[in-house]
Amino acid sequence: MTNILEKPIDIHVEHIARVEGHGNIKIGIEDGKLTECTWEVVETPRFFEMMFKGLSIEMAPLLAARVCGICSISHALTAARAAERALNIQVPETAQKIRLLAKHAETLQSHVLHLFFLVAPDFLNVGSVIPILSSHPHIVQIATQLKGYANRASDLLAGRTSHPMVFKVGGLTQVPRKRQLKNLLNELEENIPYLEQAIEIFKGLSMPDFERETEFVSLKGQDRYPFIGGDLVSSDGIRMGEDEYQAMTNEYMVDISTSKWCKLSRDSFAVGALARFNNNYELLHPKAIELAEEIGLKPGSHNPFFHNLAQLVECVHVVYESKDMLTELIDSDTSAFMASYEVHAGEGVGALEAPRGILYHHFQIDDEGKIVKANCVIPTGQNHANIHHDLHKLVPELAAQGEIEAEISKRAQMLVRAYDPCISCSVH
Amino acid sequence: MKYLGIPLEKPKVAFFGFTGCEGCQLQIANKEETLADLLGAVEVMSFRLISSDKDDGYDIAFVEGSITTEGEVERLKKIRAQAKILVAIGACACLGGVNNLRSRFPLDETIQEVYGNHVIESGPVRKLSEVVTVDYELPGCPISKAEFEWLVRHVIVGVIPQLPQYPVCVECKQRIKTCVFDMGIMCMGPVTRAGCNAICPSNHMGCWGCRGAVDEANFESFIEILRERGFAEREIAERANFFNAFSGVDVIPQLEG
Ligand code: SF4
Ligand code: SF4
Ligand code: SF4
Ligand SMILES: [Fe+2]
Repeated sequence: MTNILEKPIDIHVEHIARVEGHGNIKIGIEDGKLTECTWEVVETPRFFEMMFKGLSIEMAPLLAARVCGICSISHALTAARAAERALNIQVPETAQKIRLLAKHAETLQSHVLHLFFLVAPDFLNVGSVIPILSSHPHIVQIATQLKGYANRASDLLAGRTSHPMVFKVGGLTQVPRKRQLKNLLNELEENIPYLEQAIEIFKGLSMPDFERETEFVSLKGQDRYPFIGGDLVSSDGIRMGEDEYQAMTNEYMVDISTSKWCKLSRDSFAVGALARFNNNYELLHPKAIELAEEIGLKPGSHNPFFHNLAQLVECVHVVYESKDMLTELIDSDTSAFMASYEVHAGEGVGALEAPRGILYHHFQIDDEGKIVKANCVIPTGQNHANIHHDLHKLVPELAAQGEIEAEISKRAQMLVRAYDPCISCSVH
Repeated sequence: MKYLGIPLEKPKVAFFGFTGCEGCQLQIANKEETLADLLGAVEVMSFRLISSDKDDGYDIAFVEGSITTEGEVERLKKIRAQAKILVAIGACACLGGVNNLRSRFPLDETIQEVYGNHVIESGPVRKLSEVVTVDYELPGCPISKAEFEWLVRHVIVGVIPQLPQYPVCVECKQRIKTCVFDMGIMCMGPVTRAGCNAICPSNHMGCWGCRGAVDEANFESFIEILRERGFAEREIAERANFFNAFSGVDVIPQLEG
């Protein structure tokens, strides 16, 4: 058997496509040795921590949203939560429910975008969704339906799909009328068959066979699958409070990335759908557990490509939990949606599970409510090191199996894509 | 594709992102209902957010984000040299957008705050028109998909797209919404260019001016009214400077660090 490791390989993917933001993959193999294998982040920094400085804390959700066009609802809600914890505000229950429903809409739209538009082309061997429009129109139709629902849910609950204006420190600017909530529930129910079809499509795809033992970090749910606030947990047995996020992330700088890297018990850890799934499996909606069992996704999975499958399972979870929550909301009194509060000096951390993993915002405010210090730790920033280390195991394995350069390049890109990285967000 | 029976060539378009959140590009990818129509009207040569196919033979470039590094200046100039028409999309590209909030502080202090002594390349925040000639500007944070499609239709048939010449208030009143001023909320609607269907006031949030100043706005009397209504200088400064929409208007209070 010829060992392909003896052939020189020189891969340089500049600005990998079908991910958010700008990152490069560099792989070199010479004389049978790995000479280079890097996940390089070249996104230009925006310096959000500085942009927050001097602004009123009330502005935090609006500005935080602009960290990321895809997960702006998560950023706005995390900033609102940090502000509310700094000011000891108890957010009314109706507002909490609407926020979670809006977050579910974002999770659905983000996961569907990733699975259908960014990941599916790899499995159909095309460069983008554009040729799929004519080759497999039904696939695009399914994505269109599900995202259409998610977009309209965001419009109704958050004000719009990107950069919501409804989430205010203390609650919401308004609540939808009952009739609007009923229409949304109807629309959700009409879309469940499309969810079933989406499951059928992804069930048929076989994910690349690869494993690397990984530490998974996420929120820990109490009695429901976690999205907004709570304890921080790692699959290596660490558990901390929300305020201790810095000890959970340990950010540091590296030369190959304008994003900071993170670590905990090992060289790197992973956050995102698979981390949430692994750490909170038993709290998933029964329908989601049913799917997980059917596709053989078990808690404790260490194959990073299974991020895709965990996202699919989460789509099912958020759709069914939204259905239950909408039904509940329609039957409840929704008149209280804003807490009154007084501004004072304080400090607060908000932790939240954004579509791509656990997200933290932290503000210190003075007695006039001006932000004097801000800090943001982004999910993809926590994943970069893990992506890098995964590549170091994946590439030599593929080379040893005799894969050609084009295949190694494709698989490396698929690996990066599986994490659904949001690079400009990670650099912020 | 035909227009009035005359066959038209599909324009070759490309999308590029600089310093921003990619929210504007996402709006374009996001409304799948009309994606097929759009793709029927244009040929997408390069759109890295959704496609790994790329081709530099484009005629129209849609550019998102602000320019903050020398590398970005070079990349933008190359795009300008290739494109027959360059369209700035979104507040970051048209105005500097929220990125400009950091311009209140010196660059070295800014880098130090986020990266400590680690070496990071950055520079002042520039809107596209400070670096290259921009043919059209599509405002908003984010842009609206409907307006993007409207602009594309104009460009295809070679008609100059004219943005609304009236303020957000006009659209707001068409939607018969309660003026947020009556709820004690400040709103930049009277001095901001319409086209967003007054989406923020419709959601009980005052306008922040993401679409830029409307022509011939009377800032002097507007700011006077804000003061009479009891809004504090800092509140006015925060709202009016959030997207850098009214830079150069000297009656607007400066936002301090
Ligand atoms: S204008 Fe707004 S939505 Fe567009 S890139 Fe800039 S921050 Fe994002
Ligand atoms: S809410 Fe704003 S945009 Fe609407 S009428 Fe009042 S000032 Fe004008
Ligand atoms: S209301 Fe103002 S801030 Fe809101 S989208 Fe329109 S122009 Fe932008
Ligand atoms: Fe940060």
